Amino acid sequence: MTHGESKVLRVASLARVEGEGALHLRIHDGEVAEARLKIYEPPRFFEAFLRGRSSTEPPDITSRVCGICPVAYQMSACRALEDARDIVVGERLAALRRLLYCGEWIESQTLHIYFLHAPDFLGGDSIIDLARTHRTQVERGLALKQAGNAIVELLGGRAIHPVNARVGGFHRVPTRAELRPLEERLRRARDDAEATVRWVAGFDFPDTGIDNELLALAEPGTYAIDSGTPTAMTAPSSAGLPADTDRALPTRTFPLATFPDHVIETQVPHSTALHSRLDGRRHLTGTLARYAISGRWLPPDVLQVAGDAGLGDPRAGTVCRNPFRSIIIRAVEVLYAVGEALRLIDTYEPPPRPYVDVPDRAGTGHGATEAPRGLLYHRYTLDTDGTVTEAALVPPTAQNQAAIEQDLLHTVQERLRTGPHPTDAELTALCERVIRNHDPCISCSAHFLDLSVDRD
Amino acid sequence: MPALSDRRPQLGVWKFASCDGCQLTLLDCEDELLGIAEQVEITYFLEASSAPGPGPYDLSLVEGSVTTAEDTERIQHIRAASDRLVTIGACATAGGVQALRNYADVAEFQAAVYARPDYIDTLATSTPISAHVPVDFELRGCPIDRGQLIEVITAYLAGRTPDVPAHSVCFECKRRGTVCVTVAHGTPCLGPVTHAGCGALCPAYNRGCYGCFGPSNSTNFPSFIPLLRRDGMDTLDVVRVLRTYNTAAPEFDAAVRKELPG
Repeated sequence: MTHGESKVLRVASLARVEGEGALHLRIHDGEVAEARLKIYEPPRFFEAFLRGRSSTEPPDITSRVCGICPVAYQMSACRALEDARDIVVGERLAALRRLLYCGEWIESQTLHIYFLHAPDFLGGDSIIDLARTHRTQVERGLALKQAGNAIVELLGGRAIHPVNARVGGFHRVPTRAELRPLEERLRRARDDAEATVRWVAGFDFPDTGIDNELLALAEPGTYAIDSGTPTAMTAPSSAGLPADTDRALPTRTFPLATFPDHVIETQVPHSTALHSRLDGRRHLTGTLARYAISGRWLPPDVLQVAGDAGLGDPRAGTVCRNPFRSIIIRAVEVLYAVGEALRLIDTYEPPPRPYVDVPDRAGTGHGATEAPRGLLYHRYTLDTDGTVTEAALVPPTAQNQAAIEQDLLHTVQERLRTGPHPTDAELTALCERVIRNHDPCISCSAHFLDLSVDRD
Repeated sequence: MPALSDRRPQLGVWKFASCDGCQLTLLDCEDELLGIAEQVEITYFLEASSAPGPGPYDLSLVEGSVTTAEDTERIQHIRAASDRLVTIGACATAGGVQALRNYADVAEFQAAVYARPDYIDTLATSTPISAHVPVDFELRGCPIDRGQLIEVITAYLAGRTPDVPAHSVCFECKRRGTVCVTVAHGTPCLGPVTHAGCGALCPAYNRGCYGCFGPSNSTNFPSFIPLLRRDGMDTLDVVRVLRTYNTAAPEFDAAVRKELPG
């Protein structure tokens, strides 16, 4: 490149994430002037065509936003549509929903750990490559993922776009005997999950930290998955601390019905995903946020494994803000979800009816659950006969986009300052890793990231 | 250079507008994935590999529908580089749920979702791959079925036609021994007009089929729609259920047009 000229380079494609995006880096005098994650997946207009549909339809329709986390869409939709009619399903139905969600957590988080993320730490371009060098581990990952799929298939009919969830509960609930075959598989999965935590804890992690507010649902006493109150933890800089501080900072909560007042979406020219800010500040949802906010309520045996893996003790206020280490937390969450699934199967009592009636009436309802990659919020307004008149979906990756850009800027800057001059290929590999740390579900279109670097 | 017989077939997996679910079905073949990877070289599959190969490809699996001007060109390149091209899923075979825009004012859709619709580049339609290039085989489903996907891949590897029956979901219900939800409970069910492949899941979970595999090879809507009405569906309900995941499938589309007044 000629000095003093700016030039756009297309040097790579981002693989092993969900969705279509490009990255634009502008470097001026050795400093990163701008880092943009450009999401240009073709829009699919769910919020537009949900208008006019029946209130029974959003759980099935919105699951089609994402084949990787369809249960998250179904559960957030059900909660919002029930909220619009002031209905809360009973404990037994709620337990069954949590079991279904645990299945998705196990398979989706395992997919990310083994298929998408591990090759970054071990070399190789894919799980197929890894299978040549790490056959035992890859087979363990496949078995673990299969255990998650088995739960979703049994409760939902199939692993992708399951058919059994409905507003008010399920179309059909299983007998105790039908759930029993899952137990042996999950007991093996627990060993595999524990081995996964130990395995990924041994990877090599750069020292870094992120300076964002963290947002997750919280349900004191339990690790929030399928319900809870939005809870935000202050960013380190607001408290005058460095980005990589591992201290817990003050949290605040707000009622879910006020979510649209706190998380404000705006459109930026370079993205088909809307950007959002939490009370005007950049925030991050997902694995790091959940562990910071709910980690203290993990069962002691899971906390022990997490502590041995170097994550510290969330009960003592330790917070992990290093996104490269998110793979360890993800593995801990799989271990938790396997144990939670076993507990839910062990204590399962079939509900008296597969669903509760949800009579039509006009209203607006809010629903949020923890998709594997972060808080997923749905809002629906219904008219008196149950027709959807307005729909809003706020997925985690749209919320995380600004934080991912900040993380890119920070990491590339560090690299430019500390190491030898990087090639474009090295920069691309680094940026891809930074993006994958956040397991973005850009979902919905071709997967590639063109890195363009402007140097002037 | 390896002998010709040692050369493994090159597989490409491509994505257009969609949810990723049909590609994920390939990764969900946990028991078969490593075996498949021994039989074929997965040359291009960005969801799973960061080392895309340039082709040509012996078999390309295409997910998703065409919704941007750039994609109308990209599919031409993929077709030109592929010996066989198979579409996977409802988006690639029938435009997918995003084809609901085909019946609406897409500018109004854009304005409903985006404050600055002028930033958004999209076509007014979502069309199946076959509207743009010749397709060798269409695998149906939203999402596709794992077993059928493995059958398609192995069939092309063996140089034979895939054995994927095109009869209706009703056959699968009978085979599964599921009591007919329409006959026994008066539940509206699209099974009689829907392509087999899912194993008749919905009736087994006490609900009517909602048509996610699209039309079967022989549909008889003049006889079928009165059955839906008998079981309590009005015109709007009929239109909604046919206009969802396979809305642009010609058989579903024609049936809806007959229902709509004017």
